[in-house]
Amino acid sequence: MVAKYENPTEYISHHLSFLTQPVGPGGFWTVNVDTVLTSAVIGVLTFGFLWLVTRKASAGVPSKTQAFVELAIDFVNDQVKSIYNGTSRMVAPIALTTFVLVLIMNAMDFLPIDVVATGLHAVGFEKFRFVPTADVNTTFALALSVFGLMIFYSIKVKGLGGWIHELFCSPFGSNPLLWLFNLLFNLVEYVSKPLSHSLRLFGNMYAGELIFLLLGMWAATGIVGTIFGATLDLGWSIFHILIVALQAYIFMMLTVVYIAMAHEHH
Amino acid sequence: MNINLTMLMQAVGFGLFIWFTAKFIWPPLMRAVETRQKQIADGLSAGEQGRRSLASAEKRIADMIAEAKAKAGEIVATGEKFRSETMDAAKTEARAEGERIIAAAKAEIQQEVARAKEQLRNQVADLAVAGASRILKREISATDHAGLLDAIRNEL
Repeated sequence: MVAKYENPTEYISHHLSFLTQPVGPGGFWTVNVDTVLTSAVIGVLTFGFLWLVTRKASAGVPSKTQAFVELAIDFVNDQVKSIYNGTSRMVAPIALTTFVLVLIMNAMDFLPIDVVATGLHAVGFEKFRFVPTADVNTTFALALSVFGLMIFYSIKVKGLGGWIHELFCSPFGSNPLLWLFNLLFNLVEYVSKPLSHSLRLFGNMYAGELIFLLLGMWAATGIVGTIFGATLDLGWSIFHILIVALQAYIFMMLTVVYIAMAHEHH
Repeated sequence: MNINLTMLMQAVGFGLFIWFTAKFIWPPLMRAVETRQKQIADGLSAGEQGRRSLASAEKRIADMIAEAKAKAGEIVATGEKFRSETMDAAKTEARAEGERIIAAAKAEIQQEVARAKEQLRNQVADLAVAGASRILKREISATDHAGLLDAIRNEL
């Protein structure tokens, strides 16, 4: 594939640029069509599949498909129950959605990047990145949504006054001299949570994609490079199965942990 | 890696997926799982109950067998008693019958002996008469001397 490009830098930068569509003036009013389209399509497919299973679900002996879906649901439910003791019935579905969505978006990384790119070129897409979680917009969107849920549950459980009181009076104490420090501390915490939440996922997936690209580049440098590149590519793909599932799991767990922490009174 | 409108769209999509999951996927599946859990628990408790009732039925059967055995023993004992009683009665009757037969036989023998004696007496009387008539050299008329002859016969 590299033969088509002037040099490796062009190859990589080409594979790492989004299919963008400006919708207004300025840099912000741009849509990464590839990210939105991919995540929407695989999301609809996956949740549609879950919905179909649900429609045919019975309390009797489950079909294999239903048993598989129930396994996932039970797994998420157990994790949520072990962390979250609140009464909200939304937390478990939020966790399930997060886990499934992140997992399938990460799993797009399994598709061989150059084969798909060749196919997309054939139908007219010059640039197309099909791993939505390797787009920082996606991970920030998820993390900031969780952040919003965190604030929402904090206010819902403690009341607006209680939440503001906690911003100023915890963790060091309610002495007025400490209010500023408490507020700073809490702000750092509130900023660091969504930042680490989103960048951890983004970093892992972006790095994974980059390594696939580097190996693909190596594989294009002659017969030895092809053998080594392909072998390492296989190894990295297998290892990537772990990363994909692990990052989805971590993202879900952090979501539940953050929401559970929002319920705690200090 | 620019933050742009994509982020908002992804957030909206995420929210929609959460809404969809919470409304259409999670509740029915959880309901199915919980219903099945309840059914399994019910089935297990029914099995436990069945096992308990089987044990009690086995106990009842053992009781019934013991009772039947006792009854059978009783019946056998009664039969034994009846048999021995019947045997005793039969023995007594048989003994009585035997004695009666023996008595009858003895009586018959007595009669036979008497009859033989009578015959013998008659013959001896005839012989005596014959002897005497020979001695007297004369005929003794049976008719004329019937009285004498009878007297002699009775003396024998």
